[in-house]
Amino acid sequence: MEKLMMYLSYPFVRYALIVGVLIALCSSLLGVTLVLKRFSFIGDGLSHVAFGAMAIASVLQFTNRMLLVLPITVISAILLLRSGQNTKIKGDAAIAMISVGALAFGYLLMNIFSTSSNLSGDVCSTLFGSTSILTLTPGEVWLCVVLSAAVVFIFIFFYNKIFAVTFDEDFSKATGTRADAYNLMIAVVIAVIIVLAMNLVGSLLISALVIFPALSAMRVLNNFRAVTVCSAVLSVICAFSGIVVSILAGTPVGSTIVAVDAAAFIVCCIAGALKGGR
Amino acid sequence: MAYITVRDLSLGYDSQVIVSGLDFQVEKGDYLCVVGENGSGKSTLMKALLHLVEPMGGQILTGDGLRPNEIGYLPQQTIVQKDFPASVKEIVMSGCQSRCGLRPFYSKEEKSLVSESMERMGITDLAGRCYRELSGGQQQRVLLARALCATRKVLLLDEPVAGLDPLVTAQMYELISDLNREGITIIMISHDVAAALKYASHVLHIGDEIFFGTKEEYLESGVGKMFAALQKGGES
Repeated sequence: MEKLMMYLSYPFVRYALIVGVLIALCSSLLGVTLVLKRFSFIGDGLSHVAFGAMAIASVLQFTNRMLLVLPITVISAILLLRSGQNTKIKGDAAIAMISVGALAFGYLLMNIFSTSSNLSGDVCSTLFGSTSILTLTPGEVWLCVVLSAAVVFIFIFFYNKIFAVTFDEDFSKATGTRADAYNLMIAVVIAVIIVLAMNLVGSLLISALVIFPALSAMRVLNNFRAVTVCSAVLSVICAFSGIVVSILAGTPVGSTIVAVDAAAFIVCCIAGALKGGR
Repeated sequence: MAYITVRDLSLGYDSQVIVSGLDFQVEKGDYLCVVGENGSGKSTLMKALLHLVEPMGGQILTGDGLRPNEIGYLPQQTIVQKDFPASVKEIVMSGCQSRCGLRPFYSKEEKSLVSESMERMGITDLAGRCYRELSGGQQQRVLLARALCATRKVLLLDEPVAGLDPLVTAQMYELISDLNREGITIIMISHDVAAALKYASHVLHIGDEIFFGTKEEYLESGVGKMFAALQKGGES
């Protein structure tokens, strides 16, 4: 406990906790929708795109890499969603293609135009998050706070519409709700969250942050509002304890958070089974 | 003018025409049953009436005070809905969505509309239950209540009794028939020609031959006789 208090007196540890908790909150809110819409893999695909964009930004030596990464990821999100609407298989293949392509392209660029001496270390930290969350600047923290606030606001404001579109897109469209516009909005928000989350867990592990809390909550609860609230709470708790554990035990931040999320999922599974659910 | 007027409509996808030359009207208070073989374009017609797909030719006109988005819809179940964690009340509530516009939350008026629709469908006691735990018949009632929140004018039902047992099927047909007597116009897709002929006022037959007319005319027509006989043969 004392050790933890000592760590908390450092600003970079506090920053890491703030950003981690906010990102966990945002990603879990939309995670429920993504899982139910069978879009879990969009998160994965987009994170690989973000990795590719990150590589381009490093090669071009941007001072603020967000400026390039965010627009590219948002555009890919829109493209993926567009193609995904026609047929299931097409959308599937499109995601796989874009994600693997971006991954390969990103690594290739980093390799050819490498400016740093520790290339594999760089790649590894982009993919798995490593310590970058502990080196956040106050500016990045503020950016994260503002964007998270926007995501939470959008989610609450459009909560009922997101529910209607997720449950039955055809019905919503037929009765005059602009389902396409809301799908687009969901895609853009997801892209923003993924770019934010890259700092925390790295691009390979983002999907875990999006889907684990939602799946855990769905094991034990059975109405949409409770599932959403529960997954948000669960995600925040897991992220918080994951960061604390990783600081105390010196483990990598991203994978520790995901491990805690997975453990929570198993606990929820058991709880759901005991409850006599499905 | 009729609620819905369809003129020389052609339907299909990927530039392949499935059905063409559709002409029919739906008047206020009608009970139209759409019958035909699998793949004849029944579901596509339904989607065109709901403006979910563009027709390849012809026109769909709405009149007599009916706006294009005032058509309630009872879809066939999708895979997504089978394990959707939502309570009955949340789902019925979502039927009011189109009344909200950009307003983020539901008003008192909409909430009372929801309780009224649930009362009408006899599912008030299920309000807090989870949708995925309900029986097939109960799920259809929930979706019907949702459709009633969206409109009180026209209901489109896509195979409303698919997968239900005979008793529940009969109850469902009675329920739909009651709604029709209360003045709601019904357009129903069905495989079940016998039931269609029992309850419907008009029949639209899609297939190689297209027929539209009242139930009595359909029974007299060649295509009607043939289809009814085929069904009987298939069932016995």
